Amino acid sequence: MHRPDVLIIGGGTAALCAAIAARRAGASVLLAEAAPRTLRGGNTRHSRNLRFMHESSTPLSSGIYPEQDFRSDLDRATGASGDPALSQLLVRASADATDWLSEAGVHFQPTAGGLLPVSRRTAFLLGGGMSMLNALYTTAERLGVEIRYGCAVGDLRIGAQRLEQVQLMEDGAGHWIEPRASVACCGGAQANRDWLRRHWDSAADGFLNRGTPFATGGVLESLFAQGARRVGDPTTAYLVAVDARSPADDGGIVTRIRCMPSGIVVDRHGRRFRDEGGDTASTRYAVWGQRLAHCPDQIAYLILDARALRSAPPSLYPPIQADSLASLAERLKLPPSVLAATLADYNAATEPGEDAQDPVGWHTRDLDPPKTAYALPLTELPFAAYPMRPGITFTYEGVAVDRYARVLREDGDAIPNLFAAGMIMAPNIVPRGYVSGLALTIGIVFGRIAGIEAARHALQ
Amino acid sequence: MHSSEHRDEARRVLGICDACGYCNGFCDLFEAARRRPALGDGDLAHLANLCHACRNCLYACQYAPPHVFAVNVPRTLTTLRQDTYVEHAWPKWLALLLEHSRLSTLIVTLVATGIMIALILAYAPPDALFDRHLGAGAFYRVLPWGAMAAIGAIPLAWSCLAIGIGLHRYWRRIRTAPVPLTTRALADAMRDVVLLRNLRGGGPGCNDLDDRLSHARRRLHQTLAGGVLLSFTATLVATLYHHTFGWEAPYPILSLPVMLGALGGIAMTLGALGFLWLKQREDPEPTAPEARRSGAAILGLLLWVALTGLALLIWRASAAMGLLLALHLGSVLALFLLLPYSKLVHAGYRFLSLLIEAMEQQHKRAK
Ligand SMILES: Cc1cc2nc3c(=O)[nH]c(=O)nc-3n(C[C@H](O)[C@H](O)[C@H](O)COP(=O)(O)OP(=O)(O)OC[C@H]3O[C@@H](n4cnc5c(N)ncnc54)[C@H](O)[C@@H]3O)c2cc1C
Ligand code: SF4
Ligand code: SF4
Repeated sequence: MHRPDVLIIGGGTAALCAAIAARRAGASVLLAEAAPRTLRGGNTRHSRNLRFMHESSTPLSSGIYPEQDFRSDLDRATGASGDPALSQLLVRASADATDWLSEAGVHFQPTAGGLLPVSRRTAFLLGGGMSMLNALYTTAERLGVEIRYGCAVGDLRIGAQRLEQVQLMEDGAGHWIEPRASVACCGGAQANRDWLRRHWDSAADGFLNRGTPFATGGVLESLFAQGARRVGDPTTAYLVAVDARSPADDGGIVTRIRCMPSGIVVDRHGRRFRDEGGDTASTRYAVWGQRLAHCPDQIAYLILDARALRSAPPSLYPPIQADSLASLAERLKLPPSVLAATLADYNAATEPGEDAQDPVGWHTRDLDPPKTAYALPLTELPFAAYPMRPGITFTYEGVAVDRYARVLREDGDAIPNLFAAGMIMAPNIVPRGYVSGLALTIGIVFGRIAGIEAARHALQ
Repeated sequence: MHSSEHRDEARRVLGICDACGYCNGFCDLFEAARRRPALGDGDLAHLANLCHACRNCLYACQYAPPHVFAVNVPRTLTTLRQDTYVEHAWPKWLALLLEHSRLSTLIVTLVATGIMIALILAYAPPDALFDRHLGAGAFYRVLPWGAMAAIGAIPLAWSCLAIGIGLHRYWRRIRTAPVPLTTRALADAMRDVVLLRNLRGGGPGCNDLDDRLSHARRRLHQTLAGGVLLSFTATLVATLYHHTFGWEAPYPILSLPVMLGALGGIAMTLGALGFLWLKQREDPEPTAPEARRSGAAILGLLLWVALTGLALLIWRASAAMGLLLALHLGSVLALFLLLPYSKLVHAGYRFLSLLIEAMEQQHKRAK
């Protein structure tokens, strides 16, 4: 297909929704996915749930989630920094996201089984993102979308009027094609070390990428170079605490370290630096990600005793254990005397709240930094530790789009045949902060819009 | 690889699943694994047999090969399941038959058929094998009823004993938590067998061939199992006719034993052929080579039992009857002998694992 009506760049949620929508609208569609078949699907591979408004009850969530609640959750998380019109559009269009996906062959896991975290805000994909991808790819193929794996878009040529040419890289060779319209759905730049180093200097070398290694940001860079308007904040990223032993890319959901409130967190010098009991909501993952990014060498250690370890959730790697604090320090290469002093000071400062049986009430007195909850003494041998690093999920820099998902130039003019959907444009709505399940919803909503609009443009 | 290495691999893989849990809507395995974080040998045996090899969790896995974690739950558990068959076989040395499934099925079938032919030749005049026999008692002029019944009953009794011992040991091994056995749990487990609830991928179906979903495997399994059951019932009814009423086979086409047998034979044929087709076409990645071999071996035998039975029905009034009877009885004899030493043992182990799971679920609900 040398001149497809619509070229879809990418192979995750946004790309497939765009491809299916464009094909259904009657356009011929070529989907170029940089990853090979076995690794298709980008960060969507690792996802589980999506956020959707619903004003009546559904078997997919544990309660209603009205438009207003979704809007205010979003505004609270982003400090109302997102584009209000696009945010509004997203929230409203999220209402039929699950129906649309179901119709495209995607299955959800009903809450009735009792196996899911209670959530009225999000719906869970049965089998997670991979199952959704399998269903959407099958549907796209059935509809006649041409799918090319191992086919990356290298560069774009944007003229004065429109996107003129797109370079496809296959088997190490590039060739240019001239699609009538294109939709960029190729995610952020979180897998690109050079990109990260530009904003984080050498700290970037201490990051682990939780998702796909194919999110290299090449298309984003090309768009910026040719005058697309930037949105979001390049100096920030969505980071969570992950096990430092995880692979450099694609560690996914299992690498998270979650039980900071049960122990103490020390840096490379063996010293505490934050209140471990302070954040217990799910936002704590991201809070710790940011903190780790500012630690020396971007590493820190969660120290637990045997009792704390018993209550810890299952982890990917077993904790590093030792029969004495000294040997734990040795195994972690931490200064033993400092670690011993840190723990002794901490243990001496712990005291129960009103009810000694209730771990929440335990706190420290006269300790800097304090631990304000769950501050039980850590005394039971053996001791255990999880080494932690910041795990990057996505970057907060993207291209500006209008309500038709058309990419905007610096001056605010839309490029008529170039669209963007998914994480590449998510910073329009979340320039900072995040709420769970939002990324998929952005991909689904704007993927569909972009696909329909691209087809409309191509066929007119 | 040794079974201890298989267990280590299962611990590694299930450890990742415990931290992930994305697949817990497909089947009972993932929550059952989370309930036993220690993953002792008994736990692993239980989990291996609780898995119905629906294959969904490979296609759904974000860590499936070529990811460095190389998580392949269906294959890992299938390999482990094969090990549990071998470990619980009684007597031990006959586990050999399980380990060389195709060869042993072939040899046992040939030998059993040989025995039948020899018996017929010994009982009846040499030309009985190729003579036409008509009317009541025609089969028994080829081979007396008593001999026929003994040839069925003795191996069957042996096999039941061997299976019983295996299941008893298995039960003691997997019952690691002190949860009560109730009639409710028993009923739930039976329902799970009839509906194959764990072979539905949580509702939409399974990755029977590739990354698309279907209900083919579940339906084929129940067709095949139903066919076996019908055929067995036909035999029981025939025994009843013979013993209680003194009516001698062959029975008329419209009689109960013939109708049941014919229906059973057809269902078995369709089920086995469908399964063999599936095995031919399926992506081999989620399963283990030894499981594919033992599956194919037993499907071949079941198909042979069904085809020879149907052939006997069709040509029972011809000169081929004697030979067909020998072939059919030989195949049935082989089937009976191989019950404890073939893929067919899976039924008992899986049922016990479903029972444990039902007990634990009920216990959890009651709390
Ligand atoms: C561990 C983890 C868990 C997550 N869980 C959730 C969750 O539960 N809910 C949620 O909403 N979000 C979740 N997210 C975030 C979410 O998965 C992603 O942000 C979302 O999938 C983005 O969709 P997308 O289509 O924009 O990008 P992606 O799914 O990342 O897809 C980008 C695609 O573009 C391709 N690509 C990249 N460059 C090129 C190129 N030059 N040419 C061609 N193709 C290219 C990639 O190969 C990939 O297929 C999670 C992320 C991670 C890492
Ligand atoms: S099979 Fe893979 S995706 Fe499924 S629970 Fe296990 S690790 Fe998670
Ligand atoms: S193969 Fe199917 S039955 Fe077995 S563990 Fe995976 S999802 Fe469950």
